[in-house]
Amino acid sequence: MSKAAIIAGAAETNSLGKLPGYSTLGLHIEAAVNAVADAGLSFRDIDGIATVSAPGPVQVAHALGITPRWMDGTGVGGTSFLLHVRHAAAAIAVGQASTVLITHGESGRSRVGAARFAPGLSSPPGQFEAPYGTFGPTTAFTIPVLRYMKDYGLTHEQLAYVAVAQRRWAAKNPRAMFRDPITVDEVLASRLVAYPFHLLECCLVTDGGGALIVTSADRTGDFPKPAVHVLGAGESMETPMISQLPDFTESGAFRLAGAAAFAEAGITTSDVGHLMIYDAFAHLPIYGLEALGFVAKGEAGAFISDGNTEPGGFLPLNTNGGGLSYTHTGMYGMFAILESVRQLRGEAAAGVDPEISVVLGNGGMFATSGVLVLGRSPL
Amino acid sequence: MGKPVPKPVPKPVPEPTPETQPFWDGCAAGELRLQRCRACVRPYFYPRPVCPSCGSAEVEWFTASGDATLYSYVINHRPAPGFEADAPYAIAVVQLAEGPRMMTSIVGVPQTPEALSLDMPLRVTFEQRGDISLPVFEPAGEWRQ
Repeated sequence: MSKAAIIAGAAETNSLGKLPGYSTLGLHIEAAVNAVADAGLSFRDIDGIATVSAPGPVQVAHALGITPRWMDGTGVGGTSFLLHVRHAAAAIAVGQASTVLITHGESGRSRVGAARFAPGLSSPPGQFEAPYGTFGPTTAFTIPVLRYMKDYGLTHEQLAYVAVAQRRWAAKNPRAMFRDPITVDEVLASRLVAYPFHLLECCLVTDGGGALIVTSADRTGDFPKPAVHVLGAGESMETPMISQLPDFTESGAFRLAGAAAFAEAGITTSDVGHLMIYDAFAHLPIYGLEALGFVAKGEAGAFISDGNTEPGGFLPLNTNGGGLSYTHTGMYGMFAILESVRQLRGEAAAGVDPEISVVLGNGGMFATSGVLVLGRSPL
Repeated sequence: MGKPVPKPVPKPVPEPTPETQPFWDGCAAGELRLQRCRACVRPYFYPRPVCPSCGSAEVEWFTASGDATLYSYVINHRPAPGFEADAPYAIAVVQLAEGPRMMTSIVGVPQTPEALSLDMPLRVTFEQRGDISLPVFEPAGEWRQ
C-alpha cells in the first residue's frame, strides 16, 4: 500500500537551535510554509493534515487556513511523524486524501507556547515510577543500559564512541549544533547526567521544526525536487513504563516495526545504503542496529567503535550528526526522516548517495516505534 | 528585596485508583501484594483487572515474598523536584522473586556503582510518603551493611 506514496516536499524551519522568537505553533507554521514551497504547492493544494498534540492538527490546519478532509493526530512520542507518513500513504492509497501535510514544531529549549508534560499521579507511571524520582527521559530511558552492559559486555568506552562517531558526521554539517571533534576520553570526562550516561551521551535540547508533503506516486515528476518513494513502513509499541520493558537488552517495538517495514518493501539489510536511528541517547543506535538485524545481539557496540557507521564506514548512520550533535527538539523523528530525504535527493551536507534509506523512530522511552523504508525509485 | 525563593516542592505521592487500591492497602499493612491470573497462574505487576498474559479477568491478589534482585538502574544527578537533597540517587528496577519487575529506590546502601551491584539480593521495606506507604528495597543476606 505504501508503495503508492512519495514524499514530494520536505523542509526544516529556517534555523534550528535556540529560537525564543518562535512559539511551538510558530515553528509548525514556518516548517509548513517551507515544505509547501519545497513541493511547489500552496496551502490550497493540501487536503490532509497530520501532527502531534499539542498543538495538534486542528490548531495547525486552522492557522494555515486549511480545511482538511483527512486528519491524523497520532501522538505517540518522537516517532509519531513516521507513523503519520505510514497513515498518510494508506489514506492516499484508498482515496481519503491526495496531498498530506505533516508538521513538527517544538520549542523544546525555549519552551515558548510549549505543552507541559508530567504524568498524572493517578496514572500507572504516576503511581509506580514518578514516586522514585524519575524526571524526564534522562532518568528513565537510560535505565536499561547497565543490564545490557552486564549481559553483553558493552563497555563504557563503546557507549561513549557512539557520540564520537556521530560528531564526525556533524563536523561535515554546517547546520549541526555541535561540530567540534570529540574523543572517547572527553565524552567520559563530561559531567554525569545519570550514571552511566554523561552529558555528551545525551541528546541536545533545541527549538525547531520540520514538515513533509506526502502524495501519490502517480504524481512523480510533477514537483521541483526528486520524489522520495515510501517503499515500506511499520509501527509498533511495547511499554508505557520503562520498568515494564520485557527485556532490558532489546526493543521489541523496534524489531516489530522494522520487520513490518522491511517485509512491505521486500528488502533485507544488505539493500540499505543509509540508516537513521533515533538517538535521544547513545545506546539507541546500539539497540536499533540489533533490532533491525544489521548485527547480531551484543555486537552493535563493537560494530560502531570499529568505525562501520562513521564517515568512510560501509553503513552510514545518523549522517546529520543525530540527536546527539545535530538537533533534538524533543520529538526528533521528523529530523531523522528529513535527513533521509536529503540523502535520497542528493541534498545532504554529508552525502552518501544511497538508493535505499531506512529511518527507525522511537517514541517515549522504548514505548513506541515506527520504521520507514525510503527509496530513490519505486521498487 | 532579594530574589523570590522558590517554594519547595514535595516528592510526588501516588494517587491510588480503584484498581490499584489493594496494592497500596497492602503496602500500608507492610506487605507487597501482587496479582496473578487464576487461568494461567502468572503473577503480574502493575495492578490491573485483566491478565496481560492471557486476557482473563479471573485475577486474584496474593502477598509476594518481598524478595528481589537488582535488575538495572541509573544514578541520577539531575534531581526531580522534591529530590534535591537526595541527589545523586539511584532509580532502580528490581526483579521480584515471583517474576514481575518494578521500579523502586534502593535504600540503606551508598548510591554508587561500587555499592550497587547488578543481581544483588534485595528485600522490600516501606517508606512513608504522605498518606502512602511506598515500597522500596534494601540489600538482603550478606549484602546487608
